[in-house]
Amino acid sequence: MTGVILSALASHWRRSPLQLLTLLLGLALATALWSGVQAINAEARASYASAAGTLGEGQFAQIMASDGSPLPQQTYTALRRAGWLVSPVIEGRFGPVQIVGLEPLTAPGGLGPVSVDGGGDLAAFLSGSGQIFARADTLARLPDTGVPGVVAPDVAPDTAITDIGLAQRLLDRPGQIDRMVVLPDQPVTRRPLAEVAPGLRLAAPQDGGDVAQLTDSFHLNLTAFGLLSFAVGLFIVHGAIGLAFEQRRAMVRTLRALGAPLQRLILVMAVELAVLALVAGTIGVALGYVIAAALLPDVAATLRGLYGAEVSGQMTLRPTWWLSGLAIALVGTAVAASGALWSLARMPLLGGAHPRAFSMSHRHRGKSLLALALLLAAAAMAVWGKGLMAGFVMLGALLIGGALTLPPLLTLLLASAEKRAKAPVTQWFWADTRQQVPGLSLALMALMLAMAANVGVSTMVSSFRLTFVGFLDQRLASELYVRVEDPAQAAAIIAAAADHADAVLPLLSADLEIAGRQAEILGVRDHATYRDNWQFLRASPDVWDRLAEGDGVLVNEQMYRRAGLDLGADVALGQGVSLPVLGIYGDYGNPAGQVIVTEDLFRSLFPDVIPQQFGLRVDPDQVTTLRDRLRDEAGVPVSAMIDQAAVKAASLAIFERTFTVTTALNVLTLAIAGFAILMSLLTLAGMRLPQLAPVWALGLTRRRLAALDLLRTLLLAALTGAVALLLGLALAWALLAVVNVEAFGWRLPMYLFPLDYLRLGLLALLAAAVAALWPAWRLSRTPPAQLLGVFRNER
Amino acid sequence: MNARIVAALLLLPMAAQSQGFAGLGTEAQDFARPVPERALEFPADHGPHPDYRIEWWYLTANMTGPDGTSYGLQWTLFRSALAPRDGEGWETPQLWMGHAAVTTPEAHHVAERLARGGVGQAGVQADPFLAWIDNWAMEGPDFDNLRLTASGSDFAYDVELRAAGPLVRHGQDGYSVKSAAGQASYYYSQPFFELSGTLTLPAGDVPVTGAAWLDREWSSQPLAEDQQGWDWFSLSFDSGDKLMGFVLRGSTDYTSATLIAADGQATALADGEFAANPLEWHNVAERQVPTTWQVSLPAEGVDVTVTALNPDAWMQTSVPYWEGPVTVTGSHNGVGYLEMTGYD
Repeated sequence: MTGVILSALASHWRRSPLQLLTLLLGLALATALWSGVQAINAEARASYASAAGTLGEGQFAQIMASDGSPLPQQTYTALRRAGWLVSPVIEGRFGPVQIVGLEPLTAPGGLGPVSVDGGGDLAAFLSGSGQIFARADTLARLPDTGVPGVVAPDVAPDTAITDIGLAQRLLDRPGQIDRMVVLPDQPVTRRPLAEVAPGLRLAAPQDGGDVAQLTDSFHLNLTAFGLLSFAVGLFIVHGAIGLAFEQRRAMVRTLRALGAPLQRLILVMAVELAVLALVAGTIGVALGYVIAAALLPDVAATLRGLYGAEVSGQMTLRPTWWLSGLAIALVGTAVAASGALWSLARMPLLGGAHPRAFSMSHRHRGKSLLALALLLAAAAMAVWGKGLMAGFVMLGALLIGGALTLPPLLTLLLASAEKRAKAPVTQWFWADTRQQVPGLSLALMALMLAMAANVGVSTMVSSFRLTFVGFLDQRLASELYVRVEDPAQAAAIIAAAADHADAVLPLLSADLEIAGRQAEILGVRDHATYRDNWQFLRASPDVWDRLAEGDGVLVNEQMYRRAGLDLGADVALGQGVSLPVLGIYGDYGNPAGQVIVTEDLFRSLFPDVIPQQFGLRVDPDQVTTLRDRLRDEAGVPVSAMIDQAAVKAASLAIFERTFTVTTALNVLTLAIAGFAILMSLLTLAGMRLPQLAPVWALGLTRRRLAALDLLRTLLLAALTGAVALLLGLALAWALLAVVNVEAFGWRLPMYLFPLDYLRLGLLALLAAAVAALWPAWRLSRTPPAQLLGVFRNER
Repeated sequence: MNARIVAALLLLPMAAQSQGFAGLGTEAQDFARPVPERALEFPADHGPHPDYRIEWWYLTANMTGPDGTSYGLQWTLFRSALAPRDGEGWETPQLWMGHAAVTTPEAHHVAERLARGGVGQAGVQADPFLAWIDNWAMEGPDFDNLRLTASGSDFAYDVELRAAGPLVRHGQDGYSVKSAAGQASYYYSQPFFELSGTLTLPAGDVPVTGAAWLDREWSSQPLAEDQQGWDWFSLSFDSGDKLMGFVLRGSTDYTSATLIAADGQATALADGEFAANPLEWHNVAERQVPTTWQVSLPAEGVDVTVTALNPDAWMQTSVPYWEGPVTVTGSHNGVGYLEMTGYD
């Protein structure tokens, strides 16, 4: 019996190979979307992490000479033999490139391109001619050394990383190092630093909170995008499976009428689907990685990753991703099939075997109510919800509710258009369009989710970028920043910079308890640097003038939100000083509250605090000269100076990569939604003949009918796009203003990008048009005999 | 002893990796190979042999505190060469790795150190004897009187070692043949150290006394590919006799052992004479490891149960393995050390 059922099921696919193809393709594309997004997501995370890593190993404490001069290598050995777990670093200019020499056996994990735990080829890095890791453009500019270069896109621009021994040779500084990275875990027995080697300074790790928190926020948003793409994928799987069942209802009825037991029939169909899901899932995962590889800058590296080889700094594709891709295909199929199997099981033996696509489902009302309830729940979460979980629940409710709203909304719009229509053809057009909504609804929902996800993510990423760049402009207004260790060095810096910098701006900071919370207080000099670059979320008029007068303070957003210090509220600064808030500024990524006062006020409050950082204003062309001068004259180590332009360039380079990926994902998701539309239209085409035939008989040419069909699809896509834009903006708002605030305590401002949305809308229309073109062409070529046949067959 | 060769190869990933590359297989031929004619020469052979691929100074100790609590201690220095030469500076192809551990009935403390040769961070000199990596050292006027130190983030030790017996040469006067394929190493031990000193543990300092066993071995050849791991035992019986034995787990198991009399007289035992079978398995670091064993040497009337003092003595190092103190009961009573690798 099983054999008979199987051969009957298989014969269906043999007779309509196109349906089999669409089913497999639909499943494969949904899986590809999921696995591609996972791969890209992971790559984005990795590049952020390593960019943060190479921008400065500031997360670790460092040991250097008190005067900033190079150290003999013996100092390193002496410290190691005294128990200090340190790793030597040498750096210097080699032609146009900054060479950084590391020692991989002692460097903390993740710092450097190779490691003992299997990252990269340690033996090749250490022995023989060695290796130099840098971005491709940096390697191209590197003078010929005879050393093999390894392309590593995550190394900071204009920087090359190599072994310390090789770096000493290239820089012609044998036996010298510049500083040592101090590992976080130190042994219990360790001789004091001053006893081992006098003249050394231990610098505490820099607070990496800023960048780390910003990137955490971005990771969270990428995860959300992963979920969105999952939802889109599920809709497509649902559509593909639903179709496979709809098309075979008649066959199932016949089989049952011939005596096939229902249970066995369902079991065999389930097994058949599982096999198809596995095949399609495998194709999909492979396709996903091919897509990811094609989208990412390092195609070769990604493909190498496919075969399990570890590639330095590149993403590696773990077996778990293959499994998760297959699981998605299987779970998606199971979810989609359970409903279809259930309805098959309940189908009366002699009931109508017609596909249900045309029945104006009376379940519409239930779905509308559910959609409404979900949207209300989302709104309630936005208003009263607390915590990150509430944020995610809200996202989910918004997404599903929005998708479910689409069909009733479209029906409503079309019905009202129908009422206004006067001419009979127009009236028929609207009515016919409305009747097709249920059949197309799954595909349209997929299109809407795809577009909404794209609008949401584009808005999020672009807003993030604008905010971050603005934040960098504000915070890194000076061309060069120099960290200071002691008053003598501060004086040396002022002396060395006096003739060469346009301004030397000290940054004073101290810890302070404000409104019962630990906060940081900053003292800044009144200077155009701040007036020109700082932007406020809210500020009183003449904020800088009043601040300069000592009439008040500035607080960051975190302070404002947590301590409820709005404009005009008094801030107690200790020693009886209490001043009103003049302005509130965005401070993205900083976990702590912050207060800014004038330099004079700060010095009177904290007379013992010396500046820990100087911002130096100088002509951008003079930055290198000033840097060298500070190193030579004031003994400032290179690592204590931050070149604003370099940091900005590195940050922007990272964003550019993210944008490439986002754009590619837009195209991909829309293409898949377009495919779903094509599948639905093809299925509907055959069933619609009985409805088109009378209209044709009344005088509408096939050509005209085809044109109307094309128009109809475009119209539905446009309406869907309009709803999707609203949903997408709501999603973006939820990500930026709810999820981010819950997760990190600050809100990313939301910017709108109408041109982007227009482009997306056009892309969606294009996808729909391409999808509708073939069915329309087929309609225009339908043989008249076939149309006439409709009347002949009529009962 | 073959097992230890694999230990070093596996534990030093860079060595294991270069093995895997076809191009470096030829380089292996540049390394020196042990030959039976060469007699061991002391103190020179206490020092390093850079022409050989791998080498180690491997010390384990069983100790007791003032309240009778048992402790175990490990101090190991591995040398692994990327090429058969020595030299000054970072270019030296000699790499060093140190492992130190202290095991109590409740806890197991582990630390690992890695270093390049040629810059003074790690190395060994024969006379006066000094083996060091960072601030860990095995040091003394000669090989019979040593001071041993090491420290990690949550433990440290500082102990004195006095040899109360002679060096023991394994195999044919220290030339130890490994397998039918003819692999061999130079292998000798000092199993007669008396130990006293101090352990620094999170709860405070503990004065300890006990016995230590030092293994010295160097070679250039790896094991067969089908051998996934080994179980190695060094047992000290209350009678004064000692037993070193191991099982190499492969498609067919290979065993080898040396029975050492109280006066240092060594009897080498051929493949199959020594047997070890797991009695109980323990879940540690998300894997199953046998921590109670039935060990027998029928020809010599040895039939004992070997039980781990702390079954959680897992070495979470670059390449992880199990190493810890054991107690011995049955036909003979005593203490010892157990090392197990390849339980993935």
